[in-house]
Amino acid sequence: MNLAKVEAIIYKHNGERGGLIPILQDAQTAYGYLPKPVLERIAAELAIAPSVVEGVVSFYAQFRQKPIGKNMVKVCHGTACHIGGVEKISDALYQELGVDEGDTTEDGKFTVERVACLGCCSLAPCVMINEKTHGRLTPRKIKKIIKKY
Amino acid sequence: MRMPSNDSRTVVKVGLASCGIAAGGQEVFDYLAKEIGERNLPVNLKKTGCLGMCFKEVLVEVVPQGKNKKIIYGEVTLRRAERILREHLQRGRPIKEWIILGDGIHTPFESFFSKQRRIVLRNCGVIDPESIDEYLDSGGYQALEKVVKRMGPDEVIEEVGKSELRGRGGAGFPTGRKWELTRGAWGEPKYVVCNADEGDPGAFMDRSVLESDPHGVLEGLLIAGYAIGASEAYIYVRAEYPLAVKRLKEAIRQAEERGYLTESILGTHFNFQIRIMEGAGAFVCGEETALIASLEGRRGMPRFRPPFPATSGLWGKPTCINNVETLANIPWIIINGGKKFSECGIKKSRGTKVFALAGKITRGGLVEVPMGITLREVIVGIGGGIQNGGKLKAVQIGGPSGGCIPETLADTLVDYESVTSTGAIMGSGGMVVIDETTCMVDVAKFFLSFTQKESCGKCTFCRIGTLRMLEILERITEGRGNPEDLELLENLAQKVKEASLCGLGQTAPNPVLTTLRYFKDEYEAHILEKRCPAKKCRALITFEIIPENCTGCRVCALRCPTEAILGEKKEPHRIDQEKCTRCGICLDSCKFDAVLVK
Repeated sequence: MNLAKVEAIIYKHNGERGGLIPILQDAQTAYGYLPKPVLERIAAELAIAPSVVEGVVSFYAQFRQKPIGKNMVKVCHGTACHIGGVEKISDALYQELGVDEGDTTEDGKFTVERVACLGCCSLAPCVMINEKTHGRLTPRKIKKIIKKY
Repeated sequence: MRMPSNDSRTVVKVGLASCGIAAGGQEVFDYLAKEIGERNLPVNLKKTGCLGMCFKEVLVEVVPQGKNKKIIYGEVTLRRAERILREHLQRGRPIKEWIILGDGIHTPFESFFSKQRRIVLRNCGVIDPESIDEYLDSGGYQALEKVVKRMGPDEVIEEVGKSELRGRGGAGFPTGRKWELTRGAWGEPKYVVCNADEGDPGAFMDRSVLESDPHGVLEGLLIAGYAIGASEAYIYVRAEYPLAVKRLKEAIRQAEERGYLTESILGTHFNFQIRIMEGAGAFVCGEETALIASLEGRRGMPRFRPPFPATSGLWGKPTCINNVETLANIPWIIINGGKKFSECGIKKSRGTKVFALAGKITRGGLVEVPMGITLREVIVGIGGGIQNGGKLKAVQIGGPSGGCIPETLADTLVDYESVTSTGAIMGSGGMVVIDETTCMVDVAKFFLSFTQKESCGKCTFCRIGTLRMLEILERITEGRGNPEDLELLENLAQKVKEASLCGLGQTAPNPVLTTLRYFKDEYEAHILEKRCPAKKCRALITFEIIPENCTGCRVCALRCPTEAILGEKKEPHRIDQEKCTRCGICLDSCKFDAVLVK
């Protein structure tokens, strides 16, 4: 495992108070997820117990300890989306991709995740793919959109 | 002050906040940019933020050359953009049928704005959020200048106190008082934190404000810092809001460059710096002590108060935490005076409140109303009532901490005390409108499953109690409920409320308690009759095809995800109940009313 990237990140945040979470966020951006050796290095460099780092990683929904697919699909399960029938959208999505919530497709192209709310409630139901939000979805529309990636 | 520009070209603005982009605004913008360049049109194309009319996105505003009359087009697609370009911009002929708002033009959508009072949203959808010049042209940073040059910190606090502004994050603590406490607290340095961890599902007020008027929030934060005696601030933003983060970073860079956010601001002794911290996805971090723990790089778990953050907050120093909307009010209050602000609204709840209207409403979007208006006026008067002529059943306010207010109480006033008396809370401003097709037990289950997942696990009742409550609700919606369950649910709800340390646990039972209070009949139908009146709970409904209505078009059969619909073309179909998962796709796709839910 190439640890040069995480070392550069730690260096960048050198001496920053409360820097653990930003370091983890940057490391996740660099590696796509948080592999164990990276976490161990962060703990060693910041001189904190690995268990503390692990505790922070497992507490926040954003941090992943498994690699993800090329495209990140976040299905919004906010109130408006729930009332607007997002379940049908996620069913269609899981069927199309052949995965379950939280999984990555076999070809490594998509990871599908459930999120609490994307804040695009007036366009419910909606799904975010990478950084683009798609709103006013129907099961057919999401199947079409996903094919474009 | 800057001089207004001499640019007299026609101005075209495209709404590019998250909702506009999700609806295809960026494509429309790029297309217009390309065509305007190629056709060499005298048009000044601009970005703007969220006007609040999410139901009509993509919005394109045209202010013709030399005139001060604007026209706003709704639901603009690439094709519509082409025609607007050709007919309106090239030949000067507005396309009447697409106009949703315009100076001197009457449209059915006027009432969307006429009942609003825009203080927080004063610049949203008006200026380009990525341009500090436009913010300055609209009077931006004048409040800061007034404060640092002509007012002492105590005067600022007094002015904010006079406005009677209360925290807009939900709890409603008087802002002036909070500032005074932090200023008077012992310890240096002091910190200001902007809470932009808008976690309530169904709420997007803060996102829209940050995306549409980031400088307005920065200015509020600067003024708070000056009043309190702080020189450092943090903005804690949700990670799910990438555009808000991007625009804030850009705004900070611009403000630093122009000398509004630097050392010796505007030639005074006031220094200030603002850092952005992106949240990592934990709802509980909206609670102030949990937010502080997260800022310090720890697990975001709340702690016992007192001491309150005003005396011991970030790194143990006095810290003032204000919500985005609260801060966005500040520059207006400084310029117009606290008294003017307090003239709006009613006793104990002054000023305005921003609501995110969503759910089964005709005109979903972002609205700002004076306090003291009734819920019905917001939902019907501004929001246009229920979609497709449906009937209002309830309105959910305050997200997972709030409650469901039934239609019979729709004349409740929008103010902290009146809303609380219904069992809901004002909360941050999510307003999800519910119609007759929504099951209230399912709504309660939805919110509880959210808070149950988001419980940090510190308090036993919040950790285990919410799980037990959720199990009961699951049992009820699956048709396995017992008559004793309701009493058990209420009992547990009370204990969770009493035995939890922070707001998350103390309010988590609210959706359950309010639905139990106002919609007990629905719970009883699930338990006693094994029936879901709204026909939502999958375990309690069946789908059937009415042979007389079915034309055998095969549409439902092709769309059914489990291939549960059998039958030949042009012959009435039937549903294999063994295979049917009751997803309802056949119901949505049938054009002949041939699918029946029982």
